Amino acid sequence: MRTARVAYAGAVHIATPQDDTRLRLADGRLVAHDAVVWLPPFEAGTIIALGLNYAEHAKELSFGAQQEPLAFLKGPGALIGHRGQTRRPADVAFMHYECELAVVIGRSAAGVSRADAMRHVAGYTVANDYAIRDYLENWYRPNLRVKNRDTCTVLGPWFVDAGDVPDPHALDLRTMVNGTVTQRGNTRDMVFDIPALIEYLSGFMTLAPGDVILTGTPDGVVDVQPGDEVVTEIDGIGRLVNTIVGDDVFHR
Amino acid sequence: MRLLIEDTLVHPADAPLPRDLPAVRAGAALADGRRAEIPVSGTVYGVLHNAPSALAALGDKIHAAPYKGAPKAPVLYIKPRNTRIGHGAAIPLPPQAPAVLVGAALGAVIGRTACRVSPGEAMDFIAGYTVVNDVTLPHEEFYRPALRQRIRDGFCPVGPWVRAARHVGDPGALEVRVWVDDELRLQTSTRGFLRPLPQLLADVTDFMTLQPGDILLTGLPWTGGFDTPQARAGQRVAIEIENVGRLENPVVATCPAPGGAA
Repeated sequence: MRTARVAYAGAVHIATPQDDTRLRLADGRLVAHDAVVWLPPFEAGTIIALGLNYAEHAKELSFGAQQEPLAFLKGPGALIGHRGQTRRPADVAFMHYECELAVVIGRSAAGVSRADAMRHVAGYTVANDYAIRDYLENWYRPNLRVKNRDTCTVLGPWFVDAGDVPDPHALDLRTMVNGTVTQRGNTRDMVFDIPALIEYLSGFMTLAPGDVILTGTPDGVVDVQPGDEVVTEIDGIGRLVNTIVGDDVFHR
Repeated sequence: MRLLIEDTLVHPADAPLPRDLPAVRAGAALADGRRAEIPVSGTVYGVLHNAPSALAALGDKIHAAPYKGAPKAPVLYIKPRNTRIGHGAAIPLPPQAPAVLVGAALGAVIGRTACRVSPGEAMDFIAGYTVVNDVTLPHEEFYRPALRQRIRDGFCPVGPWVRAARHVGDPGALEVRVWVDDELRLQTSTRGFLRPLPQLLADVTDFMTLQPGDILLTGLPWTGGFDTPQARAGQRVAIEIENVGRLENPVVATCPAPGGAA
């Protein structure tokens, strides 16, 4: 089962895929993909993101030096859905996407062991977690100015039930900028896998339904410019489309 | 939506919803040690090292690795929903920690959607103020986000209520006092922050929109330094901010979570 959350005809709806071009709303209406506004596919609670969580990304650092996950938080205002617009400020030199598997918690988790962790996962979606490297500073790095910007965390298109993803640690993921593949990886290369992350996080905080863990991105990030179409895709989860826009759109 | 507060927005723990009451009645509603829920439900954002003393305490370390300079933009953090508890609720002390640090902060409660706000208009976006205890475990490294030290369950008491902005006056000139078991442990104020609230709100909303009910902490008098009051299991913490209120919470020991990695 996969569901989308969309705005259509004056209300927000949960929808399921009808065919390649249409959605079926919960009330029975069939609507074209381009007739709706795609929202993040669930209402997110606490948003936790991981840095440096892919082996090839981290191996240039001294491997094994990373004794605990590098995690940081985001607020709800950063989120947008599929086919949305993300702002690139005019004065920055390096802004890049990050294709990530997003793990959605479905059952309260406190002090959960690795062995039990997957029982707390409701499902998955695709995340594109943009970063603007110009704003990196070495205080609580990466800080909110880099990672919690309005429009800079894209989620969707689908929420995919965990039961439909037999092995979330064997998924190819890739990013295409204007149709050219710029990033490739596989979720098997996570430094801290999903059970490890749930065990780690639930060791000091209670995770609640709707909380989401963005599990990090592999190597292969490049600068994106206004007008670029950025597609982040994970096999079996979804293909998330986003467009970069400039300050002019915001009358800046 | 706009969050309007006439006087004191309070949510006694036995009431279904918050109510906006005259201060005297709000006080009566929480008499006899009655607990309160947090009367707003937005996101809580804090700012690191907004007190000159906090940066000064680091001395020359600021210029060395890993920091390589004082922060240029506000260094923000989030106190997520698992951290938030109301007035009177217990702050859980992790089993391996001797004490928690008390972070006495004024919380500015956003009244209407704030995006790209200028310092001059910033105060129009504040509905009121509350007292926040930004609880942490000691940490002296600020290079990576301090989730384990900062966002543990119950590490963000808020309350006892939200006081309307017009009853509070200048948020940059309020006396702050911290007691641990009736002993006055810190006497400070909200004066002298590197970024006063209007500038902070402007800098923050330049890149992230705040919504009604969100809380922006205006800064801690100190962060992780030795002057920070500490509280052990069995002790009771009270933070009082002039014209806003007095937030009280006991600290209680917790057992190790089964199978939990601390």
